[in-house]
Amino acid sequence: MSRREAAIGICLGLAAAGSVAFMAAYAAKASAQIEGLALFAALGGFFFATLGYARWIVGEARAQDARDTYPSASADRSGAVGNLEKAERTLSRGGVLTNLLLGALALFGLATLFPLRSLGPAPDGALFKTKWRRGSGLTREDGSVVRASDLEVDSVATVFPENAVGDAASQAMLIRIPSDLGPSVDGYVAYSKVCTHAGCPVALYRAATHQLLCPCHQSVFDVLHSGAVLSGPADHALPQLPIHVDADGVLRATGDFPVPIGPGFWERG
Amino acid sequence: MLSRLVLWLDDRLGTAHFLKHALRKAFPDHWSFMLGEINVYCFAVLLATGTFLAFNFDPSASKLIYHGPYRLLDGQPMSAAYASALRLSFAVNAGLLIRQIHHWAAVVFVAGIVTHMGRVFFTGAFRNPREPNWWLGILLFLLAMGEGFTGYSLPDDLLSGIGLRIADAVVLSVPVAGTWASFLLLGGVFPGSQTEPRLFSAHVFALPALIAGAIGLHLAIVWRQKHTQFRAPGRTENNVVGSPLFPNYAIKSAALGFAVTAVLVGLGAFVQINPIWLYGPYVAYRAASPAQPDWYVGWLDGALRLSWPWSIHLWGHLVPSPFFPGLLLPLALFGLLAGWPFLEWALTKDARPHQLLDRPRDVPWRTGAGTALFVLALGLTLAGSDDVQARYLHAPIETLTSIYRWFCIGAPPLAFAIAYALAADLRARGGAGRAPRVRLRRNADGGFDEETIA
Repeated sequence: MSRREAAIGICLGLAAAGSVAFMAAYAAKASAQIEGLALFAALGGFFFATLGYARWIVGEARAQDARDTYPSASADRSGAVGNLEKAERTLSRGGVLTNLLLGALALFGLATLFPLRSLGPAPDGALFKTKWRRGSGLTREDGSVVRASDLEVDSVATVFPENAVGDAASQAMLIRIPSDLGPSVDGYVAYSKVCTHAGCPVALYRAATHQLLCPCHQSVFDVLHSGAVLSGPADHALPQLPIHVDADGVLRATGDFPVPIGPGFWERG
Repeated sequence: MLSRLVLWLDDRLGTAHFLKHALRKAFPDHWSFMLGEINVYCFAVLLATGTFLAFNFDPSASKLIYHGPYRLLDGQPMSAAYASALRLSFAVNAGLLIRQIHHWAAVVFVAGIVTHMGRVFFTGAFRNPREPNWWLGILLFLLAMGEGFTGYSLPDDLLSGIGLRIADAVVLSVPVAGTWASFLLLGGVFPGSQTEPRLFSAHVFALPALIAGAIGLHLAIVWRQKHTQFRAPGRTENNVVGSPLFPNYAIKSAALGFAVTAVLVGLGAFVQINPIWLYGPYVAYRAASPAQPDWYVGWLDGALRLSWPWSIHLWGHLVPSPFFPGLLLPLALFGLLAGWPFLEWALTKDARPHQLLDRPRDVPWRTGAGTALFVLALGLTLAGSDDVQARYLHAPIETLTSIYRWFCIGAPPLAFAIAYALAADLRARGGAGRAPRVRLRRNADGGFDEETIA
């Protein structure tokens, strides 16, 4: 046995050993790394073995083909076109019936498209409203309502209407700002947490500059000035949630967002 | 034994004539011709691992409380889909290995497609008569990206949910039909209970079937048209020279297949990819930062980050800003790729069939255009991770955004100019196509005559 044959033999031995090792590792419920290593060894063995085969056993050979398959001989070409034209003439014997057939087929195709409508409900203005109503208490993820005394200055909370905790469209950022910096309700302002660019949660609050930052595409919104866009690709401000503090000190909405939340869409205007 | 099978088949199907020629069919074995084969092997790995995953995955949005081996999420509410992805990763024997091999294979699949397209573009292999296969290749590229994105979205982890939310915003941005399209695609408002099962049907049935069919057609056309080849002595527009298919070429291709599979298994075993348990389940009001998609979606995310906040108000209607980078830009770029054969035909007035390939230097403006497109894609992709770079560079994100804006505007023309100049220079030095070959012949005077070989 030559050294080359021996090398290929060793590689094939590795391939076989890798397969056996994988079976053993699988039976022993070994880790992904051990199982993967066994498979890797088997495939690596096959790779080097086939490479050795290709270089030393099979070797190089030369083949040459003529490119004679197309375009076809001119008799075939004119024959194909001629037969098609003949078929067209034959079909045209149907006269108006042929057109009727085509028309009926087109209608049938249109009919098969109609069930697409069953894929989902009509938008019906669903994007224009959220679950916030006049009097909805600002409620945290854990179900507790927020009182005016709860938040430190420059801290934030994610809030929902009390009857729709976790609702994606209604999520809002409640922020307590120093009350001398801008219009607020006892220092509180609340904005939709859905970015007006592509809908990510506007989750990062830069307390030093009073900005909300979207982590997806880095739109920056000004908390002190009605959620206006300061930079980034967002094309309109974050909708502000109108709020007040009730007699018990609980923060409540005075209504829904005045404009649709989230990314823009055709009907938004 | 094998020969008896051949005869048995021929008795019934008359396949001997075909087989006789097919076994000796000439396959050029320049290394760059094997880039496309990487994708065939990746697809085979994807089908095998994907079938295993599909049988172990529960594509349901219904909520449950997780109890399982991953302690950090114990007691958390999550979708059944995410819980079954966790089960696949921690409780199913070999599940994590196969999940990671699958994801790596997807990532390499798209990379292989891009590389293969580059080879075809820069050597002019897309020219007459191969335009249909060029378009089929572009379709495969799009299908592979769609397949990758739906697969990335299936586990319903935080990152994939955010990716879907962004994709929905792009759909919503389409003028006139966007809102309806979003509602019909998702079965209502995002996030809804219909999204997960629909992604699953698309990912394991519709898209793979289309991809398999398109690959079959792609290869059938290659078989029919035969390969292109680089210029060399003995190679003409009327022949194709290479290794005989069986066994010479087949054994090389098998070696490549084993290499590709070994690399994918090695990556799956040792290089972590998409650790969904670290991201947690998708919750609409939680954000992940930094958030990175798979690499082939990075350029779209980068385009969304770099775009200006432009929107159009039309008679009480809105075309919001994600429409331009999210839809118009990819449409323009893929339109450019698809229309390139026409563009070249219009510029060169050369509509003849070409079986011999150009080297990139032979057509400097094509090489320049391809390089410019590549640099633009690179800039957009890098911009897609500008938040990560900002973190490591301690630079403000706004600074990086404007750097990348200028890069994407300025660098492609510059890349065109440099690539054009380099190619033109190489062409001027090296002659058109190949170095001239000469034969020396001793003459009667004892000197040498130089004779150029065609």
